Amino acid sequence: MAKAKIALYWCASCGGCEEAIVDLAEKILDVVDKADIVFWPVALDFKKSDVENYPDKYIDVCFINGAIRFSEHEEMAKLLRRKSKMVIAFGSCSHLGGIPGLANLWNKETIFRYVYHEAPTVVNKEGIEPQEKVKEDGMELELPSFWNTVRALDQVIEVDYYIPGCAPTPKIIEDAINAIFTGQLPEKGSVLASQQALCAECPLNETKPEKITLTEIKRVHQIILDHEKCYLTQGVLCLGPVTRGGCDSLCIKGGMPCTGCFGPLDQTIDQGARAASFITSIIEYEDEELIEKVVNDIVDPIGWFYRYSLPKSILKRRNMEVKKK
Amino acid sequence: MSEFQPKIVVFACNWCSYAGIDLAGSSRLEYPPNLSVVRVMCSSRVSIEMILKALERGADGVLVTGCHPGDCHYITGNYNTLRRYHLLRKMLEDLGLNGRVRLEWISASEGERFAQVAKEFVEEIKKLGPLIIREEVV
Ligand code: SF4
Ligand code: SF4
Ligand code: SF4
Repeated sequence: MAKAKIALYWCASCGGCEEAIVDLAEKILDVVDKADIVFWPVALDFKKSDVENYPDKYIDVCFINGAIRFSEHEEMAKLLRRKSKMVIAFGSCSHLGGIPGLANLWNKETIFRYVYHEAPTVVNKEGIEPQEKVKEDGMELELPSFWNTVRALDQVIEVDYYIPGCAPTPKIIEDAINAIFTGQLPEKGSVLASQQALCAECPLNETKPEKITLTEIKRVHQIILDHEKCYLTQGVLCLGPVTRGGCDSLCIKGGMPCTGCFGPLDQTIDQGARAASFITSIIEYEDEELIEKVVNDIVDPIGWFYRYSLPKSILKRRNMEVKKK
Repeated sequence: MSEFQPKIVVFACNWCSYAGIDLAGSSRLEYPPNLSVVRVMCSSRVSIEMILKALERGADGVLVTGCHPGDCHYITGNYNTLRRYHLLRKMLEDLGLNGRVRLEWISASEGERFAQVAKEFVEEIKKLGPLIIREEVV
């Protein structure tokens, strides 16, 4: 059988997802054994024109990490979609919008104002901002457009499968690659991880009582955590109950509560809304003032409940004025 | 330009608020026509997703109504609503949707109160204007 052709690409990405692939170390050689890498700009010398020159559907499997922030990301995603038989969204940014998706609490104007003018480390007396088109010495230079809204990969192209995680763990990457090469993939559109909430695999789950009630909520620096006891019962937000399992409880084993990077379970349409509903359902009080007090313990609820999924939430972004061009 | 007429979704619990809204109607009380009432069995049935979905699908404001504390047909449903509402309100502030969602307790005998709340809420939403979030913001 001819070797499968695979491609890897990054959009608005921190590089962690690329690192996760490199971290597969010698396992990556097994992959190279089964497949030819035909595009991977981070590690190998390929150009966009190489992809353009491939026939349509030439690539068997294309892994794309990072969110869609620039026009360039959308353009590359569409090009790779056309050239690939299967596209896999790799990592939280691509799957749900991820950390860069929190920028949807701002827009281009407010981000540019801060980054190029107001940030304390910026010296920019002339008030220069990046332009999409500039003429220099008779040459026209171009930069991609910066969108107001960050999107997940499946908000610009069709995606066949999702590998969740920020970044995906070696085990789920390996499992996914095995499933792909042995043709044992589930139904199209599936997230290639557990179908159960993280709590089901969490080593602290057996210490979690049938019913939890919270009288206050603490952040991890405000408490000395008992690492033998479910974090949620200690009054620390842990998103295990509303997050897809499959990471082998990585953060929990590392002594931190889950922040939700594997995303929502299949039935959930909005991870943050689910998380917020769940947390309020276990607040002890019926008195408004006391409820308010506990709720105010949650500093930055959007950052907590939508840390990885704001672009894929029902509202997708903050409601704010947008300057019309 | 003609005045902005907001669309408002009202979730009303079957046992108190829906009856209260009915009473407002049968007593021929006047209230603005901007509200569409959706009957649910209990205010706590109204998940955060339902409220967000209403805003996404065209509502400019959402009014959740339920029985007064202590009067819930299911004993504690409305306390759950109350807890959820406090967190949701905080989240909506950060999403630029301050004042778009309101919770009111309306009993079966409070038709008058419903008409009053409806008038107030429609005025408030008119001041806030339509949602921008639904426009193409790419
Ligand atoms: S999913 Fe996490 S590790 Fe991967 S690119 Fe996004 S922020 Fe980085
Ligand atoms: S809430 Fe968190 S700590 Fe508790 S069992 Fe679930 S995942 Fe583990
Ligand atoms: S514990 Fe939660 S945040 Fe940590 S890796 Fe697992 S899913 Fe992600």
